[in-house]
Amino acid sequence: MTPEELPGLVNGDPMLRRWGRFLDADVLLAIGAEEWLLRLRDGAVESVRRGPFLMPSWTLAIRIEPEAWRAFLSPEPPPGRHDLMALLRGRELRLEGNLHPFMSHLLWFKAAFATLRSQTMSAAA
Amino acid sequence: MMEPIRGGYMAVSLGGRPHRIYIEEAGQGIPLLCLHTAGSDTRQWRGLLNDPQVTQHFRCITFDLPWHGKSSPPDGWWREEYRLTTASYVEAILGVSDALGLDRPVVMGCSIGGRVVLELAAAHGSRLGGVIGLQSSSHVDPYYDTEWTHRPDVHGGEVCAGIVSGLMAPQSPEMERWETLWHYMQGGPGVFRGDLHFYKAEGDLRARLAAIDTAQCPVWLLTGEYDYSCSPEATRETARHIPGSDVTIMSRLGHFPMSENYEHFAQFLRPVLEQVRSAAMARMAP
Repeated sequence: MTPEELPGLVNGDPMLRRWGRFLDADVLLAIGAEEWLLRLRDGAVESVRRGPFLMPSWTLAIRIEPEAWRAFLSPEPPPGRHDLMALLRGRELRLEGNLHPFMSHLLWFKAAFATLRSQTMSAAA
Repeated sequence: MMEPIRGGYMAVSLGGRPHRIYIEEAGQGIPLLCLHTAGSDTRQWRGLLNDPQVTQHFRCITFDLPWHGKSSPPDGWWREEYRLTTASYVEAILGVSDALGLDRPVVMGCSIGGRVVLELAAAHGSRLGGVIGLQSSSHVDPYYDTEWTHRPDVHGGEVCAGIVSGLMAPQSPEMERWETLWHYMQGGPGVFRGDLHFYKAEGDLRARLAAIDTAQCPVWLLTGEYDYSCSPEATRETARHIPGSDVTIMSRLGHFPMSENYEHFAQFLRPVLEQVRSAAMARMAP
């Protein structure tokens, strides 16, 4: 699934809405050269815009290697690519900008992105 | 029905100061002293302490380090920053072992516990029946800023749980993974970070491995494949410098094998405990 499906997956999930109730951020998600701008408000994904962007304004950028992202989204992701921090450890995920929204809502980001995983383990934080 | 785990408190002097230490145990036989991970406590071992296949042959004992679980920090704690060091960690383990009068205990530790058993084997191997290191490596390179785990504008319990959540295998049962995280969510402010001082900075034990004599103190190392903090490669690299050590890489397990999926972990641990028993019986043979 693509990041454009995040609103449908996240916004109706009471757990994620509760975890993210103080989460406000504009997040640039870059998978290789592909980019999306996620507008997060009160733990909901209020909008997702697909790039390319000329002058994007964001709080936080999350840049992920395409191959690592594909593995992350597999139903049973392999070791090292099963978690956002695992991607960070392997230098396949890079964070830029104001990290506070991400670190203060780490469980939210992990679980929200995992909803894009095809079935079975989508609730894994 | 009550579980067979017994708990209690003991006064132990550590660093010249009195400490109140919480201890749990179950079973009888060979003393098996179990060490919890950074920022957590004895509850991680409940699967082991409730496993009759283990407790029929082993006296399983686990304690909360000072500042963790139900062990109090020392008097004056509010004036100081908690920082675990190799010396203070070893003192706590040997202090509890001596206070309980344990004879050549086997020490099994996970993560920071898996690290410190290497120092125990190097410096105090003659006093031990062996060591079992889970998620054990002689050092780890930092890969995130630990300042995030202790600052007033981020919830410490939630960020600590968030940092360790991915260290578990996605196949581990959800209930056990979240119970493991609950323990992290209950840690005191700055305690996880204080433990990481030992794990990521002060406690680099690479130079100590040459002092380990596995003929005197056997070394078993077991590492879950999903752990990216102490990876299987880090354990193998550690073992390469400990001739005679035994390595098991555990499939579908991560950084918390004993608490994230005990039933699965037990399949890897049982053969090791059989070897521990054989070694103990050989020692006691006339």
